[in-house]
Amino acid sequence: MLDHIETHRIIQRFIDTTVLKNQIHKMLNTDKGVNKSDFNVPGIKCLKYFPGIYSMIVSMDLELKDRPGQLVQALKPLSTFGANIMSVLHQHDHRTPRGAIPVQVVFQLTNGKLNDIITDLEEGGVRIVCVGKKLMYEEVTVILIGHIVHSDMGDTIDQIDNTGFAEVVSLSISMPGINEPSSASMVINAVDMAQLVEALDILKRVASEKDLLVIEPIEKDQLSVKT
Amino acid sequence: MKTIRLSIIGFGAVGQGVANALLHKQDYLESAGINLKVVAISDSRGACIDLDGVDLEAALGRKKESGSVATSDVMSLKVIRDVDHELVVEATPTNIDDGEPGLTYMLEAFRHGRHVVTSNKGPLALKYNQLCDEAKNNAVHFRYEATVGGAMPILNLAHDALAGNRIIGMEGILNGTCNYILSRMTEEGLSYQHVLGEAQELGYAETDPTYDVEGIDAACKLVILANSIFGMDVTYDDVEVTGITRITPEALTLAGDEGMVIKLIGEVKNGEDGVIKVSPKLVPEQHPLAVGGTLNVALLKTDMAGPVCVTGKGAGSMETASAILSDIIAICRNSH
Repeated sequence: MLDHIETHRIIQRFIDTTVLKNQIHKMLNTDKGVNKSDFNVPGIKCLKYFPGIYSMIVSMDLELKDRPGQLVQALKPLSTFGANIMSVLHQHDHRTPRGAIPVQVVFQLTNGKLNDIITDLEEGGVRIVCVGKKLMYEEVTVILIGHIVHSDMGDTIDQIDNTGFAEVVSLSISMPGINEPSSASMVINAVDMAQLVEALDILKRVASEKDLLVIEPIEKDQLSVKT
Repeated sequence: MKTIRLSIIGFGAVGQGVANALLHKQDYLESAGINLKVVAISDSRGACIDLDGVDLEAALGRKKESGSVATSDVMSLKVIRDVDHELVVEATPTNIDDGEPGLTYMLEAFRHGRHVVTSNKGPLALKYNQLCDEAKNNAVHFRYEATVGGAMPILNLAHDALAGNRIIGMEGILNGTCNYILSRMTEEGLSYQHVLGEAQELGYAETDPTYDVEGIDAACKLVILANSIFGMDVTYDDVEVTGITRITPEALTLAGDEGMVIKLIGEVKNGEDGVIKVSPKLVPEQHPLAVGGTLNVALLKTDMAGPVCVTGKGAGSMETASAILSDIIAICRNSH
């Protein structure tokens, strides 16, 4: 599962770049998905957003009035629309300049109903300070060895990118000599673990056709085995 | 004092290591109430047999001077069949094609009611279940800690120290030669061919390094682990094997930029999507599996104890003898 601290860090960067509200709304209100260029925020990796298809992690900063029952009211729309709440930070000791209590919630959404949640919250009198989200939150680095460039590198990358759920976001190549094999490190992002594994399977198939060696990382969670 | 009579079959680096260990550990064994009497040692040319106990020092000297321990032309198979003793230390070289001659030696030992301790991977990688069944049918012990990871106690760790746990998976470095080559390439930025030559000069790699660098040795050890710890029924042919011959210094540098090293990792995973595979993998520099030099390492994933990691010297005469001696002592303690 996603590392919460990492989520917060990324989302914080998202918020710090003062994303304009209309940019968020533009993303939320389209049916065809949004391209990277439509949503150009430094530090955020965003491929395409198809509402209702892929899961995403959303972070919301809310302000609650100091009255009983406000937190329940703020969380109710989340459960109504099937969000999986990952973290709630309720800072009762703090006050915003307006005298409200700041609350930060992080949740996973797999049905694209973010717009409904926002409407519900606003109608219920909850003030939304900002919304941040990360669409691709699983990442893997692999090493490739072989004739990477001459085996049509563009095609290798396209086969991952064309899936729609995964994307090659970084590639460093080292070419020591004309007839010697090249080495490359490639970073692939995907919307979740299952699709990252699928993207890796595609890469391994393509690499085997092109006689490239793929070196994957060892399993991530092996030092946290659960019964 | 419990007396166990044993034979050492095969008197190369491992067999001599065992003889040396027995010589140096007399006091320890005595205090443990164990009297180990070597009644025969054989190599490819013949054997020396003494029912009152072979003079180990003289045997080691004879091997050094003449190249053979033999004082008679009695061959190994006859020693196993006809010399009266309880335990056979089978230390002949590994043969991955048909497991011989070790396979026949072990089966014959079982049929004559003798326990077997071995360092020989070949027969186990090919006929694990047949060997275990034969030992069981003849009610004798069969131990082979030295076949995997040299001095690193992994089989006995899983079977004894972690008894009660279900072992879910294992990942590890099971070949010291490959680890040495990859570690040196990483540290010095040298090419594979260069470091291989260096390893051959230092005696870490054989003249024909195929067995190590193509991952065959690691795969054999993985088969033994999969059968022994995971209760699988697999042979060498079931392992997906990729060696280290294609690894470039540039790949290691790129990995280093990401805080990773490349290691030849053997992995076994239990269950429906079972995996048994040897391949180069990226390992975070701070991870317990990222050991350097010729070291071996294994990480067991268990249901109760969580992850348990063990590391140690994977090869060497005395290190392998350590694993054999611990098996011999375990048999002494458990047999009546």
